[in-house]
Amino acid sequence: MGTNTKPTAAIVGSGNIGTDLMFKLLRSTELELAYMIGVDPASDGLARAAALGVEASPGGVDWLLAQSERPDIVFEATSAYAHLANAPRYREAGITAIDLTPAAVGPYVCPPVNLDINLAADNLNMITCGGQATTPIVKAVSDVVAVEYAEIVASISSRSAGPGTRANIDEFTQTTSRALEQVGGAGKGKAIIILNPVEPPMIMRNTVFCSIPAEAAEPGALQEAVSESIHDMVARVQEYVPGYRLVADPQFDVAHETWNGLSRVAVFLEVKGRGDYLPEYAGNLDIITASAARVGELVAVHQQQATTTGALA
Amino acid sequence: MSTTTGTTTGANSGPAATLVGVAPVPDYAGHPNDVVAAGIDLRVTDTTLRDGSHAMAHRFTEAQVRDTVAALDAAGVKVIEVTHGDGLGGSSFNYGFSAVPELDLVKAAAEEASQAKIAVLMLPGLGTIEHLKAARDAGASVARVATHCSEADVSIQHFKAARDLGFETVGFLMLSHRLSPEQLAAQARVMADAGCQCVYVVDSAGALVLEEASDRVSALVAELGTDAQVGYHGHQNLSFGVANSVLAYRAGARQIDGSLAALGAGAGNSPTEVLVAAYEKLGIATGIDLDGVLSAANDTALGYITRLPWMDRASIVQGYAGVYSSFLLHAERAAARYGVAAHDILRRAGEKGYVGGQEDLMIELAIELASQRQEMPA
Repeated sequence: MGTNTKPTAAIVGSGNIGTDLMFKLLRSTELELAYMIGVDPASDGLARAAALGVEASPGGVDWLLAQSERPDIVFEATSAYAHLANAPRYREAGITAIDLTPAAVGPYVCPPVNLDINLAADNLNMITCGGQATTPIVKAVSDVVAVEYAEIVASISSRSAGPGTRANIDEFTQTTSRALEQVGGAGKGKAIIILNPVEPPMIMRNTVFCSIPAEAAEPGALQEAVSESIHDMVARVQEYVPGYRLVADPQFDVAHETWNGLSRVAVFLEVKGRGDYLPEYAGNLDIITASAARVGELVAVHQQQATTTGALA
Repeated sequence: MSTTTGTTTGANSGPAATLVGVAPVPDYAGHPNDVVAAGIDLRVTDTTLRDGSHAMAHRFTEAQVRDTVAALDAAGVKVIEVTHGDGLGGSSFNYGFSAVPELDLVKAAAEEASQAKIAVLMLPGLGTIEHLKAARDAGASVARVATHCSEADVSIQHFKAARDLGFETVGFLMLSHRLSPEQLAAQARVMADAGCQCVYVVDSAGALVLEEASDRVSALVAELGTDAQVGYHGHQNLSFGVANSVLAYRAGARQIDGSLAALGAGAGNSPTEVLVAAYEKLGIATGIDLDGVLSAANDTALGYITRLPWMDRASIVQGYAGVYSSFLLHAERAAARYGVAAHDILRRAGEKGYVGGQEDLMIELAIELASQRQEMPA
């Protein structure tokens, strides 16, 4: 790879997520999407990739790793099971993996929260859709006050919940809960996901409840600082997820007698997708592909800089 | 007041078998709830200590649980459900924190019961297999897994796990009024194939009226055959809990839910003591002693109930508009916080098609209603 060429990428997994991600990566100025890999020759995603000039193959990871020009970055949009098998092979080939499955081989990353400290990792995990939507808010609050407990409720359209999510919904709640702690900075995390079949489909919604000290629940400078931190974080997420917005201002409440002494701030979010491949209501799918694309771009910039520095040394 | 009819209205000779277009009720020999072997016609599950948890704002004490289980167990109730109102793991900002950890309550209930099985509820997306394991360790032996009526496939992993753990299994298709009988039966099939031994038509909104309930039960009986039983869980929002439960039995349901003094979400559940009295008058054997269950309601439950559910404006709106009953107290709290009407919040929740679990959105609807009111000209 010369210093004048952009780092290259491959998407492994040509389903809904992989195909939506493809449209986002084709807009990127920082990396070049070279390959779209699937296992099903009849896949719509592979056909679309080929039509858009991306080299597409149903040959799976074996085909990809047999190419003379291997990608610098691979986006895994298959399953946790597949990624656990593929991850060591990517590592051996010197390819950075950005993992959209729940495999969690590498650290959980959320672009505005902790990507900066993980740019050099060889495997980065994108948590879950709910995790991408809510960990930034928990981090925004925990940056200002102690968050003993954070709880999120993600409501998604039934149409946007694929077979993988449905077959292992525990994986969503457990992974997201852990990310609220490890990425969001909460002492204890809890995640809830609701599938709603209403027609027309509902746009993804997330409610974030963070426990806060009683002082921050009362009007004053501390409450304003929490509120400002939340608004700032929303703006940072909007840089790569334009449909991410607060439905209402953060709501502060002093501890109700049944809240185990915890005062709280409640944040109500809507995530509308860009409609690249998946419909607008599927903000849950959009936010994870948009976040992965963002991670890919920043990793690409980091690799480019490292290469340039290396070349000068 | 013991039952005099014995098993003369046994599973295959119920009135439903004589109705046109209604399939005969299968013989459930060998089923964990083999009613014929048990000498009864149907099994009542009491959910005072689970659905009633909503009306108690999840503040049950261990003493209340022990007293209630002792009274129900002595009266001959065979299954007693004990969990946070929203199921395992429900203790939260969104649904309300439990005063006492639910597993402590499950353990106390299991210690107190001599013949009754202790059941727990879990909602995939909120509770997990880890919660089921902990509940089994605490002494629960019936796992009831609940999904929105159209989303049965999210429960597959939980039914498999529950059976592996040795639980008797029950499936809950919540807000059953939102699907046609045939669509509901297809979802019941998904649960049964995953290892569910009885699928309930759950009228979470108290919205089903008479045949709307029994047609759904009939469709499930026809679909499931001997693969699984069918149950019915009624609410009183439109006052049809008991009547629907009678029709459900006639249509082939063999598990029926009730709650002492109707303690439950919305306008409350079908009252267990009324179910027992009504079934007894109809010659349908429940195996429950009427005096005993009347005493459990009167002398035990009424002693601690802080809010007796009744058909007030907001809960009737829930039944009429088909809104999840558990939203009631959350809508009332949000209404008080933001100065809007609870029945307006609930009506809007119905229009938007919100489903069980979306309690958080009651707050958002209240904020929206309050801001619209401020925008109105003075």
